[in-house]
Amino acid sequence: MQINILRSNTNTQQTYSLPNKEITLLNALTHIKATQDATLTFTAGCRASVCGTCAVRVNGREELACAYKVKDGDVVEPLNYHPILRDLKVDKNKAKETLLKSTAWLQSFEEASLTHKDEKQTEKQTDCILCDSCYSACPVYAVNPEFLGPFALTRAYRYSTDKREDDAKTIIDTIQSNGVWDCTLCGECTMVCPKGIDPKMDITMLRGVSVQEGYTDPTFATQSFGTPDFGFDPNAGF
Amino acid sequence: MIDILIIGSGGAGLTAALAAKDTEASVTVVGKTYPTNSQTSMAQGGMNAALGNVGKDQVSSHIADTIKSARGLCDEKMVQKMCSDAPQSIQWLESIGVPFSRLDNGRSGKDTIAQRQMGGASAKRACYAQDYTGLKILHTLYDTCLKNNIDFLDEHYLLNLIIQDKMVTGATFLDIRTGEVKQVNAKSVIIATGGYGSLYHGYTTNAYGSTGDGVAAVLRAGGAVSDMEFVQFHPTALKGSSILISESARGEGGYLVNTKGERFVDELKPRDVVARAIFTEFQKGQEVFLDVRHLGEEKLMELLPQEVELCKLHEHVDPATELIPIKPVAHYSMGGIDVDNTLEVNGIKGCFAVGECSNAKVHGANRLGGNSLLEITAFGKVAGENASNHAKSIVPHETNNHQLQQDKHYLENLYAKDHTINFYEKRESLGKIFYEKVGIVRDNAQLLEAMETLNVIGASHRDMGPADKSPTNNTNLIDFLEFSNVLQLAPTIISAALTRDESRGAHFKIGFESLDDEKFKMHIVSHLDKDIE
Repeated sequence: MQINILRSNTNTQQTYSLPNKEITLLNALTHIKATQDATLTFTAGCRASVCGTCAVRVNGREELACAYKVKDGDVVEPLNYHPILRDLKVDKNKAKETLLKSTAWLQSFEEASLTHKDEKQTEKQTDCILCDSCYSACPVYAVNPEFLGPFALTRAYRYSTDKREDDAKTIIDTIQSNGVWDCTLCGECTMVCPKGIDPKMDITMLRGVSVQEGYTDPTFATQSFGTPDFGFDPNAGF
Repeated sequence: MIDILIIGSGGAGLTAALAAKDTEASVTVVGKTYPTNSQTSMAQGGMNAALGNVGKDQVSSHIADTIKSARGLCDEKMVQKMCSDAPQSIQWLESIGVPFSRLDNGRSGKDTIAQRQMGGASAKRACYAQDYTGLKILHTLYDTCLKNNIDFLDEHYLLNLIIQDKMVTGATFLDIRTGEVKQVNAKSVIIATGGYGSLYHGYTTNAYGSTGDGVAAVLRAGGAVSDMEFVQFHPTALKGSSILISESARGEGGYLVNTKGERFVDELKPRDVVARAIFTEFQKGQEVFLDVRHLGEEKLMELLPQEVELCKLHEHVDPATELIPIKPVAHYSMGGIDVDNTLEVNGIKGCFAVGECSNAKVHGANRLGGNSLLEITAFGKVAGENASNHAKSIVPHETNNHQLQQDKHYLENLYAKDHTINFYEKRESLGKIFYEKVGIVRDNAQLLEAMETLNVIGASHRDMGPADKSPTNNTNLIDFLEFSNVLQLAPTIISAALTRDESRGAHFKIGFESLDDEKFKMHIVSHLDKDIE
């Protein structure tokens, strides 16, 4: 079987042949590098879907190379919205800065009585491996490169809702600008997460908490108060 | 000149960074990937601390279990220190927000953390977060580093330590993106670069990058390594892909069965015992499976969600209804950089080593499951503090760039040469030879054969190198440098294994099947043989 990989030096797809057997994309890439083309460049680590190193796009969809089984004719490209360093290897620094900007950490610790139910509440969110798949799938980056983005907001949510967090307000304050209200709730992030995390839901939850803290949807605010009264309620019927 | 240079951004490096930062020292953490990509993410089962949240437990039992499993090769003072620090390490992780699994016991703080059984433990002692314990600790440490403004240099590959008068003054790195060779000067250096399990390429649970970079750099810098022959084989890796299935699968009640469906070993014995029992079954022509079907789907998804996914993906097996085919593979390096009780490297002043790369003599001949996450957090703190104390005693001084020039020159030569041998093939064959001949059960004839093969590969090293000549983002070059480190460490493992004519923990030798305390209750320490270089 054959796969096509986008090469950065020519900006064209290069076709490689593989033996006709079940093989993960990571094993295929490793095989190609070791036996056919040492210049093919990609990154990888654990082989077990947990280190977050090997995410790429296959036929336009984000996948962990180590967890994706190659099909004949697959097209492999680097993640979106990341500067391409070489072939499938991208620069993740800008994406990682969103964690810093979101202040996605425990702000102020207070001892709490935690239960099994509390564990479950953010179990999924803390499965995040920072593979950047969701960041690559998020269409908001096409218009707003400063968007905090799905994984940082999921992480902000996870800390804000932790019973040990004595200062959730700081997190909520931080994620207002280029944050929760800039999301279009399209759900692309949720679709591609290899760990089954649902950033769209987390962002929705953060919006709820933001409203409780006195924030309003800025886009909605302009609509409601910034436009002349035409004599009908645009929200009528909802 | 910064105060502390930390090389390696896994759990040990990040903990050391936070501890050092607490002392007001200036800290830079350098890693060859990004911080959360490290091997720590792969630790699954848990982290030991005698909290007694589930049944009775005490620190003295934790110490006793660890010493017993070490088979006489640990430093009891270091074990005492690690196990006694465990509850406060957990308390610290609790305070930075690690999302541990919880009990419903109505208590608060760390007293609510769930604990599970691991092999060789006399109590339910491993604190866990489902089967993602390492991942969740690592990411929480990273978040906390961001909070504390720790400086990171990502994608910088360690070339060499810089030594002046037997004291470390920094290190040289290859900036993987630009191809530039850089020098970072520091008053103290902490090496936290992980183990060398990737030497067993194809037969290890370890990530590709576990190539002992820091261990090899210490050797080249004149430091010592010890107990290199003690490589832990994890009993349960997936048969086809060598992907780890956590010991907690057995801790939670999983069985090991052979082709006939018979159980053949107490599954909760320490890893060396269980791995050998499986090996014996293989020799009888039996296959071995992990059987967790009786736990039921609900419990499996609750306790071992990651394992269920990995089995389905890589073996097409649903653990709730089918047997999981397994084999033991290389998993953990007990040996490594020889350090003293302050974690300072034997032979290099001002240089500290912590985590899997170091041999702090807490695991001895066999590490207990749950003690490695403990080591990186308990001793990560110690390393950070001690490195900071050392840095305070150093007056900033002139440094030369000899090492930098030498390393630049080396890389220029590598690029200039044409290479006739594909090192990837050698990496593959070295992994196989080590698994077969320097593996779970050893004998001197096979060890000698392995050494001969290794010498042949070593002799052809000069004909190997990167086929890719790109100066920037050259992962082919990195693969080669990693393989070169592995080649440097390989002889120390075989020669120590040859010397040790006895069986102890993970080192088992045919013809010498028992302990020989009189001759071998000691650490085999190696330096670089200048002849080999």
